[in-house]
Amino acid sequence: MTVPVFSVGFWPATAMIAAIVLLSTTGEVLTAAAMKSIGDLDDIRAHSGMKGAILAVVTCPLFFAGVSFLAFAFFSLLFALNHLNLSLVAPASASLTLVTNAIAGKIFLKENVDRRRWTSAILVCIGVYLLAH
Amino acid sequence: MAHHNLLPRQYLILGLVAVCAPLGDTCLSRGMTQLPAITLAHPATLIAAVFTPWIAVGIALLIGFFASYLTALSWADLTFVLPATAFGNVIVALLSRFWLLEAISLERWAGIVLITVGVGFVANGPSLTERPAAAGALPAIPKQVQEEQAR
Repeated sequence: MTVPVFSVGFWPATAMIAAIVLLSTTGEVLTAAAMKSIGDLDDIRAHSGMKGAILAVVTCPLFFAGVSFLAFAFFSLLFALNHLNLSLVAPASASLTLVTNAIAGKIFLKENVDRRRWTSAILVCIGVYLLAH
Repeated sequence: MAHHNLLPRQYLILGLVAVCAPLGDTCLSRGMTQLPAITLAHPATLIAAVFTPWIAVGIALLIGFFASYLTALSWADLTFVLPATAFGNVIVALLSRFWLLEAISLERWAGIVLITVGVGFVANGPSLTERPAAAGALPAIPKQVQEEQAR
């Protein structure tokens, strides 16, 4: 007996995975931008203590924008897990998020995504798919 | 792009990022599959799910992951930190093979090798994109420290 891969249909499953990928990519890019604008947390903790480090993070508006998107991504993951198999949701969303983050990191964060990082992103993407599928 | 060597404690932070995320996800999956089907018509049931034991443990692990992840993002690029999160899948697979004595297919071993090579690729490179100071880039001294010095 074969188990259907898309128990809720192909397009609803695609929409659920696309929502997770887009929301988490937006959240991660905003969070990374926030952390870069705050500065090295280890230096802040060494100078102002743990309280100062926490204060630096929670007073950054960009951080809250990022966390909001990550929260939406989290609830869309919970929703998807309730309807789809983990073996479909985990590899698909994890692999695609790596690639979309590499693209977004280059475009929005102006990171130097050189050949080494592209190769790494693609190898890890295929590896996650093989491992979790 | 200059080479930024990581300190041992920074490798420890990346290790926490790698371990906490997959363990947290596994707890969430176990908790969610034990619940009845949730529909968009009753979104409040998603909130109630947060207080069930497996999901609560999963969330605690994910909070640990998030704290380590934020710390790592403060001194490394997003495209450097993300492969480290994927390395957690390898740790879970190896634990399941050698601790739980589960069988791992050839496909999964191939996945483990690809992720390890991919993480090794990026880990050997620079952790942070070098930006010219004149281009309005990141301050050498964190903003919080600068503000305190100005007071």
